[in-house]
Amino acid sequence: MVAELGHFALILALAVALVQGTLPLVGASRGDLRLMTLGRTAALTQAFLVLLAFGALTQAYVTSDFSVANVVANSHSAKPLLYKISGVWGNHEGSMLLWALILALFGAAVAIFGANLPDTLRSRVLAIQALIGVGFLAFLLFTSNPFTRVYPAPPDGNGLNPLLQDPGLAFHPPLLYLGYVGFSVTYAFAIAALLEGRVDAAWARWVRPWALAAWCFLTLGIALGSWWAYYILGWGGFWFWDPVENASLMPWLAGTALLHSAIVVEKRDALKSWTVLLALLAFSLSLLGTFLVRSGVLTSVHAFAQDPARGLFILGFLLAVTGGGLALYAWRAPQLQGGGLFQPVSREGALILNNLLLCTLAATVLLGTLYPLFLDLLTGNKVSVGPPFFNATFVPLCAPLFAALCVGPFLGWKRAELWPALMRLRIALVVSLAAIVVAMTMIDSRSTLAALAFGFGVWLIVGSLASLSDRVRSGTLRTIPRSTLGMVISHAALGVVVLGSVATSSWNTELMHTMKPGDRVDFAGYSVLLDRMDEVRGPNYVAERATLNVSVGGKPYTVLQPERRLFTVQRRQVAETAIQTNLLRDFYATLGEGNPQQGWVIRLYLNPLAPWIWLGAALCAFGGFVSLSDRRLRIGAPSRRPSSLQPAE
Amino acid sequence: MLCLLALLFAFPTLAVEPSEILPDPALEARAREIGRALRCVVCQNQSIDDSSAEVAHDMRRAVRERLTAGDSDADVFAYMVARYGDYVLLKPPFKAGTLVLWLGAPLLLLVAGAALLLAARRRRHTPIVAPKPLDEEERRRLDALLKG
Amino acid sequence: MRRLLFILPLLTLALMAGFFAWSLTSGRDPASIGSVVVGRPAPKLDLPALRPGEPPLTDADLRTGKPVIVNFFASWCTPCLAEHPLFTRLSEREGATIVGIAWKNKRDDALPWLKRLGDPYQLAGLDLDGKTGLDWGLSGVPETYLIDGAGIVRRHYRGPITERDLNETILPFLKGAVK
Repeated sequence: MVAELGHFALILALAVALVQGTLPLVGASRGDLRLMTLGRTAALTQAFLVLLAFGALTQAYVTSDFSVANVVANSHSAKPLLYKISGVWGNHEGSMLLWALILALFGAAVAIFGANLPDTLRSRVLAIQALIGVGFLAFLLFTSNPFTRVYPAPPDGNGLNPLLQDPGLAFHPPLLYLGYVGFSVTYAFAIAALLEGRVDAAWARWVRPWALAAWCFLTLGIALGSWWAYYILGWGGFWFWDPVENASLMPWLAGTALLHSAIVVEKRDALKSWTVLLALLAFSLSLLGTFLVRSGVLTSVHAFAQDPARGLFILGFLLAVTGGGLALYAWRAPQLQGGGLFQPVSREGALILNNLLLCTLAATVLLGTLYPLFLDLLTGNKVSVGPPFFNATFVPLCAPLFAALCVGPFLGWKRAELWPALMRLRIALVVSLAAIVVAMTMIDSRSTLAALAFGFGVWLIVGSLASLSDRVRSGTLRTIPRSTLGMVISHAALGVVVLGSVATSSWNTELMHTMKPGDRVDFAGYSVLLDRMDEVRGPNYVAERATLNVSVGGKPYTVLQPERRLFTVQRRQVAETAIQTNLLRDFYATLGEGNPQQGWVIRLYLNPLAPWIWLGAALCAFGGFVSLSDRRLRIGAPSRRPSSLQPAE
Repeated sequence: MLCLLALLFAFPTLAVEPSEILPDPALEARAREIGRALRCVVCQNQSIDDSSAEVAHDMRRAVRERLTAGDSDADVFAYMVARYGDYVLLKPPFKAGTLVLWLGAPLLLLVAGAALLLAARRRRHTPIVAPKPLDEEERRRLDALLKG
Repeated sequence: MRRLLFILPLLTLALMAGFFAWSLTSGRDPASIGSVVVGRPAPKLDLPALRPGEPPLTDADLRTGKPVIVNFFASWCTPCLAEHPLFTRLSEREGATIVGIAWKNKRDDALPWLKRLGDPYQLAGLDLDGKTGLDWGLSGVPETYLIDGAGIVRRHYRGPITERDLNETILPFLKGAVK
């Protein structure tokens, strides 16, 4: 009954979305206020209906209603409650429903928080959001209905992929989707601006918070996914350049570029058509990622069950949204007149360099991800594009980006001098050079590149904080605008991420050892004793658990208990790593296969600064939220006035 | 990452096993370096060093045998390519078929960068046009305004 | 010229979408890893016989002037069970020459397995440590190679062969229709 209610709510939501996607557009072009205000009501109704559908599916999962096919395929009554709930989006249909839900919620958010938008702009934005929603809801209803019943209902379900039964992965998709779908708002704003033929400072100011919010969620989502890979896959890596990871990185890069170029539009009325293009691309790349993961054109670890018919549907949808947007862009964007002139060495110039490099990075990832497909189709040759390729192409491009990142904020708008800016960064320069020397001499003299990269990390942190030094000296730190503070935090946080990833991938220590209970091994100054092996029983798995007593200098230091879990329903083994962290390094242990006669293989890693990768990423997103809380974004409804009247910072 | 196919084709063991490790640390370090650049052919996007598939085990052992026999790193890669094709290299070789892959993005950067710089130079050389002097009619209106 | 710049994103998308549509409709298997041995002389074969008392397998066994099927299998491999009846049929009804190679399989496991299911192999070798498999570009078991009379590999199947493979490629190959 509840499932039918959900199904019905979904059908109603599609009907409402159709109304919301058409009438307000007509209203906006005719100036009919009644049709325009319809958009707001429809957006709220649609969100309510999709929420109802989502609630219905969640209810089916929580109560283990095995008359619903989706629950049978992806759940099991013995699963812990958290994974019953996360099972809702741990499969193709449910995750599409989550997409639709987040899309509708963003629509409702625009309806609620967009009160200060001009009526025509708001109704157009809502209508475009609804048109995207129509695509998703139709996709759900016609090809991926999560509410299909099975008769007779089986006694129990097939269970969820054991790899997904993990707190990190339970919340990874919702955060990621908040990011992907958040960019639908910037897309809608871009289309609306093209329809109106008007892009100005006010528009940039309206778009930026949405882009910022989406970017923050995407940052968190990517970080959570990477953290999950780090502790579940069991060999200490944190980024694998897998197609699915790449699919999330591309919109992140485009989104980051958008955040920066929107500033130029806001402050200087320049880079208009470029910013509109980025707003279109950020969402298009999000859709592209979804297409790649679900269509079966590429294989990936995380890929959902794949089906070419579904693939063609998503391709059609991708073409409609992206192609429609880009065609409108090709037609209307040339009319947008660029504004303020500037010299190459200026804040604008620095932001353009940032955009140029970020887009090249995104192009590198795109090419690397799709090239095997292209080459196979054209020539039948199979190639692999893996981490060593990206290390050789992506990483070097980061150097100029990071180098310029700290200089940009010291350059004035329109025209600036490079030398004074560098002079203000001289301390940061000295500290980073010192860091390189220290890394070369004290840590590892062989890896010059790692030391250099480490120096860049330090440069990002100190160089970003340097922009605060004037304010500290003059005692005006408290009056600093939140947006500036957010920028400083995010930039410095990037440095933290760089330090963490360089240190853990270049300077980690590793030991593999076959041990029997009672065996002891020395590892990086620690003494590790395999105390005992136990059989443990979880709610839906049985596990072998090793108890490792770690001591240092004869004193007990910590106890690590890595496990190997065998999930009984799926007959799949999953390694559960044990990690002890002191925030400066991770002591990381995994348990391999073994038996009492020959012993078990224990792998130990010491990953220096590893926690900084995710702390840094979280801090980066936090900087975004700080910037989002800037009062100018909340109150002081931006109005359309010439940007020259706004004080430059 | 995880070998879905490997589960179908082979029984899982471990990634690099203690028994495989070469006694010579320098040689073992080279073996690791090579292992990280070779793809486990039945896995999704995993190097042979990270994989627990049977074939990855064989490949790791072959790498160590070749190195012990005195092969250079390039020889070892060639040995693997002869058996599994370019597919086995996680870093595709630089050749005609991969030209666009390797040069596409840098070329984009160069072209876009050059175009931007040219545009900036052109802008700098554009003389700032002095405002057109007021004509008779305009001057009369201005006078009227100033007086009024 | 300036106009063209604004159309560029759309053109890029069209190009990409073309490739995607091509990929989806061509039935391309994204998991396929291809094979470099096809079209080349069969890799080295020098293995002890699986069945006691038989002579070892050598390159000469693949260059007899008659087409040969080489099948890597193992008793622990589940998909091998699925394709086994097809080899029995090929051997008994079509008179094909099939060389079986037990890959990473102990003799004491492989022989009873063949005894239980029937032994379709005219020649059988034992690749205990998987070195021959590596030379052949093997990724796992089962895998099957079609080798022509001159000793050139003509086809390579990764995974179990199916009824369809049998009818569409293997039988025509044996009759000399597929080169």
